[in-house]
Amino acid sequence: MQLTNRSKQVSNKEMTLAEKMYLPAVIGGLAITIRHFFRKKPTIQYPEVKKYLGPIYRGHHVLKRDEQGRERCTACGLCAVACPAEAISMVAAERKKGEESLYREEKYAAVYEINMLRCIFCGLCEEACPKQAVYLRHDRMVPVFQERDEVIYGKDRLVEKMDDRYVRIASSEVQATPTEPSLTRAAT
Amino acid sequence: MDLTILSTKGIIILVVFGITLLIAMYSTYAERKVAAFLQDRIGPNRAGPWGLLQPVADAGKMFFKEDFIPSQASKWLFILGPCLAILTALMSSAVIPFGDTIRFSWDSKNYEVAVQAIEINIGVLYIFGVVSLGVYGIMVGGWASNNKFSLLGAIRAASQNISYEIALGLSLIAILMMTGSLSLRAIIDEQASFFEWNVFTQPLGFIIFLTCAFAECNRTPFDLPECETELVGGYHTEYSSMKLGFYLFAEYINMFVSSAFISALYFGGFHYPFMDLVSGALENSLGAVAGHNVATLIGVVVFFGKIFFFIFFFMWVRWTLPRFRYDQLMNLGWKTFIPLSILNVVITGAGLLFNFKYSTWLIAIVMIVLAVMSSARAPKRTVVPQQTV
Ligand code: SF4
Ligand code: SF4
Repeated sequence: MQLTNRSKQVSNKEMTLAEKMYLPAVIGGLAITIRHFFRKKPTIQYPEVKKYLGPIYRGHHVLKRDEQGRERCTACGLCAVACPAEAISMVAAERKKGEESLYREEKYAAVYEINMLRCIFCGLCEEACPKQAVYLRHDRMVPVFQERDEVIYGKDRLVEKMDDRYVRIASSEVQATPTEPSLTRAAT
Repeated sequence: MDLTILSTKGIIILVVFGITLLIAMYSTYAERKVAAFLQDRIGPNRAGPWGLLQPVADAGKMFFKEDFIPSQASKWLFILGPCLAILTALMSSAVIPFGDTIRFSWDSKNYEVAVQAIEINIGVLYIFGVVSLGVYGIMVGGWASNNKFSLLGAIRAASQNISYEIALGLSLIAILMMTGSLSLRAIIDEQASFFEWNVFTQPLGFIIFLTCAFAECNRTPFDLPECETELVGGYHTEYSSMKLGFYLFAEYINMFVSSAFISALYFGGFHYPFMDLVSGALENSLGAVAGHNVATLIGVVVFFGKIFFFIFFFMWVRWTLPRFRYDQLMNLGWKTFIPLSILNVVITGAGLLFNFKYSTWLIAIVMIVLAVMSSARAPKRTVVPQQTV
C-alpha cells in the first residue's frame, strides 16, 4: 500500500566516476548542514519559558464548587472506580443541618485524596464524574515533589479556592501552562 | 643562546602549551555547540553564560569518576596508554610557527625572537614522527585492556593510521619539493603572496592531505576505531575517569594540531593578503619595533582564525557525513589516495622542471573532465514509481 508519494525506488546501478569521487555529494551535504547552522532554533527554554499547551491539557486536579460556593462532589466514588491507577480514595459523610451552604448534595466527601505518584493524568475521573465536580486544570501542573509524604493531595489542596476559581476557556487568553506561578513568563 | 632568549622561549613554550590545552578544552564545548546548531538545537547552555563553564564541569565529572583498572589488565601498560596518547599529542604543537618574529630590546641589546616554541629545520619530519607515535598510545591501551573489543578497536586504529600516513606523507612530498625545505617556517614564508598559497598550487594534494588528516585524527567519516554497534567503545572500552578523559583530550589536541598544520602548509600560515602593505604602514607609523610587533600580532590572530576555521570544518564534516565501512576506508586509502598522491608528486616534479608551479591543476582538470564525461555517458537512472496495489 502506498501511503505517500515520497518513496523512492532504490537502484544499485554502478556509480559513475563523478559519484565515486564523493566530492560533489560531500559538498552538497555540507551546504545542507550549514543552512541548518544559521536557522532559527525552535527550542523553548523550558523552565523559564513555557508553551501554551491548549485548553484540554490535563494538569492539576481541582474539586469544583458551584456558583454559590458549595462543593459539588457527592462522594459517589465513580471517579475512584474509573481511575485506572487507583489513585483516588475518599470517605463519605452526611451533610448536617446548617451545612447547606457548604455542600451542594446531602452526602459529601469528608476526605478526598489523590495520590499524585499513582495518578497518570488520564482524565478518566473527570469524565466519570456525574456532578461535574472533579476537573484537571489546563493551566497548572502538579509541581515536582521531593518527599514521599508530599504526594497525597487532600481536600486542602484540591478544593477550588473562591478567589482562585478555575474556568476552562477555549480561547487563547491563557498563554502559558505554568507549574509555579512565580516562574511564569510570557511565552509564545 | 643567552639567558634572555632562553627565558623568552620559555614564556613562549608555556603560552603555546596553555593555549593548546585551552583550545582542546573548548573544542569539546565547541563540538557540542556546533553539533547542536547543525541539528537545529541549542546545545549546552546551563553551566555559566552560554554554557561556557561546561568543559570545567565535564572535567570535574571526569576527575570524580571511579578510576577502574580491570583485574586481568596489565596494569602498567594500561596506565601508559593514555599517558602516551596525551604526551605525543602535546608534543606536536611545539614546532608550529604561530607568527613572525617579535622584536624587543633588553639590557641595551636588540633581540628578534620567532613566535614559535622551537625552531627546528625538520619541523615537518618532527610532527610526522610524533604523530605516528600517537598510535602507540591507542595500541598499548587497547592491548593492555585484555578485552577483545579493545584489541580490535586498537588494531583498526593502527592499520587505519598506518595506511593513511602513506598518502599523507606523499601528498606532503609535493610541497617539500616546491619549497626545498623541511622547516615549517620556510614553507610558510614560501607562501607569502596570496596566489602562491599551496592550496592554489597543490589543490589535489590539499584534498588528499585534508582527508588523510581526518583519518589520522580518527574523526568521522573515518572514526572506525570506536564503534558502538561493532566494538562497544573501541580501544577505550575499559577506560574510565580521567584516563578516558586523556584519550578524548588527546583526540581534540590532535585536531587542533592538524588544523594548525593544514593552515600552515596549505593556507599560508600567518600570511594574509596585503600583509606587506599593512606591516609597512604599521612600521612607518609606530616605529620599527612596535610596528613590527603589532604586525606580528595581527599575523598570529589571522593564523588562529584559520586554525579555528579548520577546527570548525572538522566538526562540520563530522555532523554531516555518515562513516565509511572498513573495506571502503581501506579501498579509498590504498587504491585511490596512494596512486593519486604519487601521480601528484610526479606531475609536480615535471612542472618544477619547467618552473611552472600550477602543474597539478592538470590532474584536477583531467579528473573533472572525466567525471563530467562519465556522468553524461551513464544511463539515466530510471525511477519506476511504486505500483499502488
Ligand atoms: S487523572 Fe486518571 S489516574 Fe489521575 S486520578 Fe483521575 S482517573 Fe485517576
Ligand atoms: S468527584 Fe465526582 S465522581 Fe468523584 S466522588 Fe465526587 S461526585 Fe463522585
